[in-house]
Amino acid sequence: MPLQYTGIREEHMAVRERVGVFDVSHMGQVETSGPQAMQRLQRLVSNDVSRMPEGGAQYSLLCNERGGVLDDLFTYRLSETRFLTVTNAANHERDLAWMSTHAQECDADVRDRAADFAMLAVQGPRARALVSGLADGALPERMHAVSRTLAGVPLLVCGTGYTGEDGVELLLAPDAAADVWRALTEAGATPVGLGARDTLRLEACFHLYGNDLSEDRDPIGAGLGWACSEQTGFIGAEAIAAVRAQGPPQRIVPFVIEGPGIARQGNLVVGGGVVTSGSYSPSLQCGIGLAYVPSERAAPGTRIQIDVRGTVRDAVVSRKPLHRKDT
Amino acid sequence: MAQASYPADLSYHAEHDWARIEGEEATFGITWYAQDSLGEIVFFDAPKVGTRLTKDESYSEVESVKAVSDVVAPLSGEVIAVNEALASSPEAINEDPYGEGWLVRVRLSDPSEAESLMDAAAYEASLT
Repeated sequence: MPLQYTGIREEHMAVRERVGVFDVSHMGQVETSGPQAMQRLQRLVSNDVSRMPEGGAQYSLLCNERGGVLDDLFTYRLSETRFLTVTNAANHERDLAWMSTHAQECDADVRDRAADFAMLAVQGPRARALVSGLADGALPERMHAVSRTLAGVPLLVCGTGYTGEDGVELLLAPDAAADVWRALTEAGATPVGLGARDTLRLEACFHLYGNDLSEDRDPIGAGLGWACSEQTGFIGAEAIAAVRAQGPPQRIVPFVIEGPGIARQGNLVVGGGVVTSGSYSPSLQCGIGLAYVPSERAAPGTRIQIDVRGTVRDAVVSRKPLHRKDT
Repeated sequence: MAQASYPADLSYHAEHDWARIEGEEATFGITWYAQDSLGEIVFFDAPKVGTRLTKDESYSEVESVKAVSDVVAPLSGEVIAVNEALASSPEAINEDPYGEGWLVRVRLSDPSEAESLMDAAAYEASLT
């Protein structure tokens, strides 16, 4: 995936206003299957896997015993006993090793499927109409997945994404990906690179592992308590329940810089805290980002200051998402 | 500006800055190569008039969507004007790096420093 094809702003706005296609084939996949596949995943990931219907999708975290975040994941339930989990590329090998060596008491296999899938994301207000025009049947609702044939290629269509826009993600055989890419772009989807992927997800306030999530951050402080069902007893649940009960020392907040300047990852918040993602927002046309701040300063409207390479910039804690579809 | 260009009437610094020297004053900017590497520029942190610049040292930053980059002074001197228009249209640095995208005008403290700068041919050769 290149940083950009024609320009980050142009690609970003194509997704906000029309439809863009991303080659996210670097993402990894892990299949969990067997009679106790559900039970094994329930032990491994933070969300309540039992509540995911067949054909459903679910966001969750992979945590260590301390409740630190090893990765953030999307899992699709392909059938009663088969689940496909999408991992972040940089974490894939570690995730696979972790998932293979934990919850082994369950009668289920954990298999590396990264080599079997390419992945294309089609996102934007016109994404569904464009994909529908090429598909042999109805598209899945949000947070669901269905098998379809698209431009003659069998694939899994998932109602998920990482842009804050409506759209789908396609999981398909790598040797067919070029044909599907061509069909999508010929139908009018704008190729979008990694640069716009980052600005789009940041405006939507979606976390990026390695920036906003790490082994040293807990899901509660990261604002992902909604994806944790501690009563399921997943690995890390006790530690996370304790953080939830006590309140985390720091919370992640979206912020908007007032005036000029763009904060970047690692810039310190005056009085405590740090920017974990920072960029220019093509939609808002100013600096935005995500920062961890002391919990007492996390309320929307709180004024904060950020040391941007020696210049103190004023910013305000905002509500998420920073960009709304209807504005 | 889509096509690379390095005007012959400018002097060039290895850190991808140009100077248009006119007697004891000069205008500074960043080169086509610099703006192309940065991508879409969204912010120029202009120094204040009166700021003293030292050759080879950073005096400002330009930010694109994806990155921030120091701007190095090709020559020493005092800032006598800044391109105020860049505050509202920083993309001029991309579109016209040697014209509307100029950064600062400087009264040179040592015009002889210009001897260390490259001409367009030497700068262009340094890029390959």
